[in-house]
Amino acid sequence: MLYHLNFGLIWKNIGKLEWGLLLSLELAVVAIAIGVVIGLGLALIYEQSSRPVRALVSLYVEFIRNVPLLLLVYLVFYGIPTVVDIRYDGVTSFLATLSLYAGAYLVEIFRAGLAAVPRGLTDAGRAIGLTPLQGFIHVRLPTMFRVILPSLSNTFVSLFKDTSVASVLAVPELTYGAQWINFNTFRIVEVYAVVTPMYLIAGYGILGALRLLERRFAVS
Amino acid sequence: MFWSVIESLPFVWRGLLVTLGAAALTVSMSLVAGLLLGTIVTYAPWPARIPVRLFSDLIRGIPILVLIFFVYYGLPVTGLNLNNFAAGVLAITLFSTAQVVEITRGSLQSLHHGQMEAAKAIGLNFPQRLTYVIFPQAVRRFLPPWINSVTDAVKGTALLSLVGIVDLMLAIQQVIGRTYAPMPLYVLGALIYFVINYSLSSLSRRLEARYAYIKE
Repeated sequence: MLYHLNFGLIWKNIGKLEWGLLLSLELAVVAIAIGVVIGLGLALIYEQSSRPVRALVSLYVEFIRNVPLLLLVYLVFYGIPTVVDIRYDGVTSFLATLSLYAGAYLVEIFRAGLAAVPRGLTDAGRAIGLTPLQGFIHVRLPTMFRVILPSLSNTFVSLFKDTSVASVLAVPELTYGAQWINFNTFRIVEVYAVVTPMYLIAGYGILGALRLLERRFAVS
Repeated sequence: MFWSVIESLPFVWRGLLVTLGAAALTVSMSLVAGLLLGTIVTYAPWPARIPVRLFSDLIRGIPILVLIFFVYYGLPVTGLNLNNFAAGVLAITLFSTAQVVEITRGSLQSLHHGQMEAAKAIGLNFPQRLTYVIFPQAVRRFLPPWINSVTDAVKGTALLSLVGIVDLMLAIQQVIGRTYAPMPLYVLGALIYFVINYSLSSLSRRLEARYAYIKE
């Protein structure tokens, strides 16, 4: 074999990977935050509404879930500005896409979570004189969050991995950093040998931390 | 603008065939490999289990896009030169295999261990126990999530466009490059993917409802 490993060029450009990892995490955090708002909002709307509104929510959920993320990313970045007078950079456009994407997955999670809150619990809240809003904030919401926390953690880690698709819009996240080093230094094996553990440690690290959190809030 | 969409249809059709071909290859290879490795991870002694567990956790821990780039750009360094189609399909197959391993393990572990013991008690050997007792019961737990993993594989093939395979995604990109009409073509592409995946996921839901009567 004529290939000699040389990590020197990777260390010289390690900043690209460090900042890339940070940006990947930031993108995932913002996307899940907006996604939770969309998901919880639509789950509540779904629960309260008539058939046509439910059908609209389902249409959004099924459309997003059955189309590749890459196509959605292209559609939002290249497609939408040609029909609507709107301008945005890669980061904004990708964040909008990933948030909508996260929202579609979270609607289902929140719907299942809301359905899992026992009827007796909400009735008990009413019985002690809570208004519907108070009952929602103090009884349904906290109970639901305990139930869905594991699904939320999994969604977050999977969004973190999905941020790699942002590299197609030249958003300088971790995969883009890897591609940049790959094309500019040709130290291909080395760069992926560094990037893979970065994804693994970050992903499993976050998952482990969230599992601890889940245990803290677990329903005993 | 819409005329350009009509004119591009034969080209998009060829891309769709590539997407379907890649998905079919991925799904069939990952089904075989995943069932085998999933059975190993459930029943084999730990020295055989650990490598499979490592493989599965490693693959599921990195983005599929990184996996595709790694296989496509990295493998030639080891002297193995695969063309972009083979490398891309290999990468998605690895990803899909890891998913099938977990689905297999989940559905096998969901069976009560008394089933295995009863099968042992009537004198069946291990392959017979799997064929006649375990697999027929596990298949109803296996099918719904497996079909969902098929939709993941179909969606995953869109990433093959990034290593230059003219699948549905890249065919659409190329048509847009000539016609400058992005929106109708992206919508067309989205509809095609939607029709394929939605039919699969409805099938999965129907099967799930069909098997819902089974309670242990």
